[in-house]
Amino acid sequence: MRAALFVTCVNDALYPRTGIAVVRLLERLGVEVDFPAGQSCCGQPQYNTGYRHEAEPLVRRTAAAFDGYPYVVTPSGSCAAMIREHYPRIGRKAAAEGRGAELAEAAASLAPRVYELTEFLVDVLGVTDVGAYFPHTVTYHPSCHGLRGLGLGDRPRRLLAAVGGLELVELPGAEECCGFGGTFAVKNPAVSAAMGADKIASATATGAAVLCGADNSCLAHLDGILRRRGAPLRALHLAEILAATEEEAPL
Amino acid sequence: MPAFPEAAKDAVGDEVLRANLRHATHTIRDKRARAVAELADWELLRAAGKAVKDQTLRHLDRYLLQLEESVTAAGGVVHWAADAEEANRIVTGLVRATGEREVVKVKSMATQEIGLNEALEAAGIAAYETDLAELIVQLGRDRPSHILVPAIHRNRAEIRDIFEAEMGSWGRAAPAGLGDDPRELAEAARLHLREKFLRAKVAVSGANFMVAETGTMVVFESEGNGRMCLTLPDTLISVVGIEKVVPTFRDLEIFLQTLPRSSTAERMNPYTTMWTGTTDGDGPSAFHLVLLDNGRTDTLADEVGRQALRCIRCSACLNVCPVYERAGGHAYGSVYPGPIGAILSPQLRGTGSEIDASLPYASTLCGACYEVCPVAIDIPEVLVHLRERVVQGGPVTREGIRVRIRPARGHAAERAAMRAARHLLDHPCALRAGERLLARARRLRPRRLPGPGRAWTDSRELPELPAEPFRDWWARERGGRGSLGDTEGRGDRGDTGDRGDVGDRGDRRDRGGRT
Ligand code: SF4
Repeated sequence: MRAALFVTCVNDALYPRTGIAVVRLLERLGVEVDFPAGQSCCGQPQYNTGYRHEAEPLVRRTAAAFDGYPYVVTPSGSCAAMIREHYPRIGRKAAAEGRGAELAEAAASLAPRVYELTEFLVDVLGVTDVGAYFPHTVTYHPSCHGLRGLGLGDRPRRLLAAVGGLELVELPGAEECCGFGGTFAVKNPAVSAAMGADKIASATATGAAVLCGADNSCLAHLDGILRRRGAPLRALHLAEILAATEEEAPL
Repeated sequence: MPAFPEAAKDAVGDEVLRANLRHATHTIRDKRARAVAELADWELLRAAGKAVKDQTLRHLDRYLLQLEESVTAAGGVVHWAADAEEANRIVTGLVRATGEREVVKVKSMATQEIGLNEALEAAGIAAYETDLAELIVQLGRDRPSHILVPAIHRNRAEIRDIFEAEMGSWGRAAPAGLGDDPRELAEAARLHLREKFLRAKVAVSGANFMVAETGTMVVFESEGNGRMCLTLPDTLISVVGIEKVVPTFRDLEIFLQTLPRSSTAERMNPYTTMWTGTTDGDGPSAFHLVLLDNGRTDTLADEVGRQALRCIRCSACLNVCPVYERAGGHAYGSVYPGPIGAILSPQLRGTGSEIDASLPYASTLCGACYEVCPVAIDIPEVLVHLRERVVQGGPVTREGIRVRIRPARGHAAERAAMRAARHLLDHPCALRAGERLLARARRLRPRRLPGPGRAWTDSRELPELPAEPFRDWWARERGGRGSLGDTEGRGDRGDTGDRGDVGDRGDRRDRGGRT
């Protein structure tokens, strides 16, 4: 099977390790991974901040970059939700405003082909045990767009629970937003930081060594607070845990 | 009123307030979840509520005229108020005509929205709030901060202090040695209010629903104080937003199930009072219904934003909102706080003021509000829609006229940054060069950023910058497959190849630049 990786702009520039982990993981599971370099950003920061017109060229670019791929996999619930939920909406609005139907068609065609990593693993590849080994205590924060936007349910936790050596502990108040929210983090810094601090407090109270998530933007916010406070917990993307094996140097 | 971020900042720093809010919202949200889980057909009820409201809104003119006819036939008088000023003038005139100088009120958000108490006071008429939480707010010379529990920001000790200090100057004083036990506090309020109920000749109320076919007004409540207001005085004046109408009596069946469970986590609210016009020898002998528009028909004209008018004011969205929980209700600068306030106020009042332009940004778009809303208002969708209105401007309806508004001020730098980012992201060559520059500068990484970036670094570290971006790693490790190297990507070239053969196309395309 062949799948295209949509690495996302955040992972590309700031968290390449996540992208590398996805490639290693998928290849280990027998998937041929393609990386169309015409991709960049899904346009979520623009769209969510109200700049829908600025997002349109990025919608066009993303749709074109993945044109023809039956499976597009991304290690970000929020970017997957952006494409699945909002691309068709942006396309329809552009058409209604007289900017042609071609964007609407491209957006509608891409939307159903995009999979968040855990969906791709569980639903398409049909695996929950990916042969990973990670001998640490882990707690999982389900980011809002994955949880409510995509309805990922317990897929990420099932994948984690099957990892060798890993002890999964439940995060109290897991479903509560971490306070990142894209530009919310800088537009409402006081509330954002307070929400992040509460999330860190519940994660720390679990006694876990690793705070795992499936969205590096939320993790950047949480990790930023963790490091500022010198908390004894590290934030790690789910893909990196699933890619880790006993043979490779442990993370 | 300052913009939301500043107002919220104060609340975030207030430890007592945050503890009060956290305790109250978490308790009610857990109870609500249990109450809702008891109903196997919750999702169907939710869909039904949404459908009834949408269908009513679609034909609002017709249902309002039908309502007017039914109310009139039942002995009531209907008044139409286009805005707050007109509504206040009507109510003040009606009270004056009775010759009375005081009125009792049962909680009505519509009258708070229009500032009726202040208008009455200016006309020399005293208005007494009789809902327990409203009473606390009024005695404390405070503002409500929650739809259902307007004094949610107060704890028991604070309430005791307010009762002790203020009740005497409004009427019957608090009993000596009042403690902060809920029973004692409720008893003090009961004694204080009973005196008012028995004396009042005029009452002002709101309503949860108005039934078009019968002209019946409906109030759901927990305390019974509303029922006293609605039945004891001679004259009853109800001020109700025009979106509260439902077509038939039978439609109430849906909301009798969804409203109590969503709001107070009760299977059934303790008191449901219905009144239809007037009846000889029973209840008020004069009934006036003031139908309030105040921005509602303008809101109705907006295809995306109009769903806010489905709201049945259950406050479930407030209780699950993590932003409301930290910022408190006052930061929203309106009687409608929380997620619903963030989409309703900027529509009813327009996005012209600082606070209204900032409200659509008072959310992380986490979606918890949408998930709990019993009439399925897609609050995140409306938030993004209103953000667009704030930064891009566009067509809106104001006082019935279609106008094009300009973007709100203060977004020039942000707009420039969004454009620059878009330009960079739409040109992978430039993006790659930028990423490489960033990687090279990783040792220079500052701990504090200047400008808007400070908002990040004030409380968070920046991410560690990697030695190379992903696309460089890919080109190095897997360069033979799938990478376009430095070309601008398929999208720019309008490539139309064989759709079924992705792999080959990828290979052909990639090797084209390299081998
Ligand atoms: S928006 Fe929905 S959840 Fe919020 S108060 Fe209105 S009906 Fe309740």
